[in-house]
Amino acid sequence: MRFPGNKKLLLGNEAFALGAFYGGARYGTGYPGTPSTEILENFSKYPGVLAEWAPNEKCAFEAAHGASLAGTRTIVTMKHVGLNVAADPFVTSVYSGVNAGLVLIVADDPGFHSSQNEQDSRHYARLAYAPVFEPADSQEAFSMVVEALNLSEKYDTPFVVRSTTRVSHSSSLVEVDFEPMEPENRPYTKNPEKYVMVPSYARKRKELLLKRFEALKEYSEKSPFNSVEWGHSYIGIISSGVAYHYAKEAFPDASFLKLGFTYPLPEKLIRSFASEVELLLVVEESDPILETEIRSFGINVFGKEYLPEVGELTPDAVAQAISNLLKEKRTNTYHISWMPKSPVNDLPARAPVLCPGCGHRNLFFVLKKLRAKVMGDIGCYTLAVNPPLSSMDTCTCMGAGIGEAHGFSKAIQKTSDEKIAAVIGDSTFVHSGITGLINAGYNRSNILIIILDNRTTAMTGHQPHPGTGKTLMGENTFELDFENLAKVCGADYVRTVDPYDLKETEKVLKEAQAAKGVSVVVARRPCVLYQRTEEGYYSIDLDACTDCGACLLLGCPAISRFDEKIIISSDLCTACGACAFVCRFDAIFKIEEVK
Amino acid sequence: MSATNIIIAGVGGQGNIAASKIIGEAALMLGYDVKITETHGMAQRGGSVHSMVRFGDKVFSPLIPKGACQYLLSLEILEGLRWVEYLKDGAFLIVSTEIRPPYSVSVGKDHYPQNIEEIYSKYGQLLMVPAKELASKAGSTRSANIVMLGCLAYLTKSINSEAWIESIKRRFYGKEKVIEINLNAFQLGYEFASNSDRGR
Repeated sequence: MRFPGNKKLLLGNEAFALGAFYGGARYGTGYPGTPSTEILENFSKYPGVLAEWAPNEKCAFEAAHGASLAGTRTIVTMKHVGLNVAADPFVTSVYSGVNAGLVLIVADDPGFHSSQNEQDSRHYARLAYAPVFEPADSQEAFSMVVEALNLSEKYDTPFVVRSTTRVSHSSSLVEVDFEPMEPENRPYTKNPEKYVMVPSYARKRKELLLKRFEALKEYSEKSPFNSVEWGHSYIGIISSGVAYHYAKEAFPDASFLKLGFTYPLPEKLIRSFASEVELLLVVEESDPILETEIRSFGINVFGKEYLPEVGELTPDAVAQAISNLLKEKRTNTYHISWMPKSPVNDLPARAPVLCPGCGHRNLFFVLKKLRAKVMGDIGCYTLAVNPPLSSMDTCTCMGAGIGEAHGFSKAIQKTSDEKIAAVIGDSTFVHSGITGLINAGYNRSNILIIILDNRTTAMTGHQPHPGTGKTLMGENTFELDFENLAKVCGADYVRTVDPYDLKETEKVLKEAQAAKGVSVVVARRPCVLYQRTEEGYYSIDLDACTDCGACLLLGCPAISRFDEKIIISSDLCTACGACAFVCRFDAIFKIEEVK
Repeated sequence: MSATNIIIAGVGGQGNIAASKIIGEAALMLGYDVKITETHGMAQRGGSVHSMVRFGDKVFSPLIPKGACQYLLSLEILEGLRWVEYLKDGAFLIVSTEIRPPYSVSVGKDHYPQNIEEIYSKYGQLLMVPAKELASKAGSTRSANIVMLGCLAYLTKSINSEAWIESIKRRFYGKEKVIEINLNAFQLGYEFASNSDRGR
C-alpha cells in the first residue's frame, strides 16, 4: 500500500479516496452524482472499510454524523446540488460537532458539465460556519482530506473539502510518504448538551461554535495550505482550487497567495500580502466569495469584473483578465504566450443521446405519441428533452417531477381532466420521489407517475440502489418493491410494463391515463449498458426501405442516414427491435448472428 | 522541457479516456510531470467527448490554453474540428477517417463540411488515418484508439517505444488477448505514420 518516492497518476476522485483511507476513515457514505461519484467507489475498495450508497444525500450525511459520534472517522460524498438535500443535517451538525473526524467532500460543477445549476458550495459552508479546504489538484485532494480528518477531531467540527469538476476529473501526480493511519478508538460518551440540539442547548453550542471559529482563524493564518510565492510586486494574485493553476499557467512570474484553506480566511496573511503588491486580483472558480470577503476587510481587490461569472474558468480567461487589468491600471504590458487560432464555426452538434437499446427511448416515443405533458426529472432520461423525442416539459431537481405534476394537475382540475405525467428514474424515485408520491396519494391527485426502472443508477455509471437488491460492497440485500410501495402510498392504479414491448406499453399508458386518481406505471427494463439481453443486431433491407424516416424518429444513434441511405450500425445496434416495430414496410429485420 | 500538449477528440465510447491514460502513464514512466483532464457523465452517452493530456518538467493547468496544443488526435473525422482553436503553429493533426454521423446529420438538418481534409490542413500537418480498418486488421475495431496512439508515437519523439508498450500492457493488465491486439494496433499505427512520412 505504500509507495515512497513513487508517484502515481491519480484522478482527483481517486486521490480523495486514498486520502480518506490514509487519514483513517473506515466508513464512507454518499449518493452518486457527477463529478463526485468515483470518490466513494474507490474508497470502497480499500481493506477494512465500509462504504455505502445511501438513498439520498440527507440520509448519507445523517449516517456519516452518526458514525462519527460512534467513534469512526468518516467521509460523506456528494455533488453540489446534493448538499441542498443534505443541508438540514449538515448545518446543525456543525453545532453538535463530531467525535471521530467527519469530512464532507462536495464536488461543484462550474460549467454545467453534468448538472442543472452552477451553485457554489462554499456559500453553504459559510451558512453553517463549517471550515473549508479547496484542493487544486490530486496531491492536495489526498493531503487535504487527511488534514481535514485530523483537524475535524481537533476542532470538533465537520470539515468541508470542496472540489470542482476539473479537480475531481483531472489526473495528476500524487506522492505519499507515510503509512496509512490506524483508526484510533474513540468511544462514544453520552452528552445531550452537545448532541441534542433543543433550543437551550443549541444556544450554548452556537456560542462555542463562534469560539471555535476564532480558533480556526488562527489555524488559517498558519496553515501549510495557505502560502505566498513572491514574484513581480506590481501584481499579486490570490487564488484557490484549480483556478490557481490557471493563473500560474497564465502568469507564472506574478506574486501569488495560494489559499488551500479558505474558510475562515487568513485575514492577517491576506493583509500582509496585499501591502506588498500594487494590484490585487482574486482568481476563484464560481462565485466571488473570497473576493467579496477580502473586500469586506477593506482591501482593494479586483476579481469578477475581469473574469467570467458564468461557466468554468480557463487559463485563457485568466490570462485575458490579467492582461486587461494591467492594461487599464498600469502601463505594464503583459504578453499572453499563446494565441488562439480561429475556430471552425457551424459544425453539426453532437449532443449526448440515449444509448442504442435504451428502454427509456421506447417509453418516451409512446409518451410523445400520446401528446402527454411530462414533468421530468434528473437522469439519463432527461435527454428525452432533445429531438426527436422532445417529450419533456420540466426538469428542476431530484424528485421534482412528481411534485410538479401534482401541483399542475391541481391548478387545472376545475377546467380540465388532463392527466399530467411525471417520469422519474428508479434511483431518483428512491432518492426523493417517494414523499412526492405520498403527497399525490394523500391530496388525491390526478396524475400518472412513470417509474423508469432500469435497475441501476445509470447516469453516473451504474451504482446499485435500494431497488436493486445489491450494495456498494457487492452484497445481496433487501430489494425495494416499487409496485407494492406505490399501492401503500395511495396509488389507485399500478401496472408494470417492459418498454421493449411498444404495443403493450402504449396500451398500459392509455389505460393509466384513463384511470381516475394516482396511476403508477413501472416501466422495467435493465439499462442496456448494464445488462444486455438481446443478441444479434438489426439491419435494413434497402430494397424494401422507402426512406420514410420513421425509424429515425426514435433518435437511436445506431440508425443514421448517410449518402441518401438509412443504415443501422451493426457495431452499435443492441437488437432491441424498436426500429423494426415502427417500420411500416417490414424493411428492418434481425440478424441472429452473435457478435 | 516545456509542456507537450495533446487533445484527443471523439465520440463517447471510442476509448478516449483509455488513450489519454496510456499517454499519461507512459510519460510518467519517463519521469515527466503529467496532467490529464477528461469528460465524464452526460457526454458519455454518444455525445462529443475530449480529453487533454499535458506532460513536461512542470505542468500547471490541466486545461490546455487555446493556441498551445501541438498534437490533435481526432478519433472521428469531424470531432477534431471542434478543437482547432487550441492548436499551435506547426501542430500535428492525426485524424481518423471514421465517420459517425450525429442525429442532426442523419435527419438531414446538418451536414459534414465538404472539404474536411482541406480545413484541417490549414491548421498544421495533417495525417489522415484509416484507424478502424487498421484496428480491424489488428484484431478488433475497438482498438482504433490505439492505432491513433501508434501514429502519435511516431510523430512525438518525447516518449520512447518501451514506455508506450509498457503503458499499454499495464492498461490492459491481465487480459493477454486484449494486450496482443492492442500492441498490434499500436504497431500498425506507428508503421502507417512512418510510411506516410516517407511518402511525403
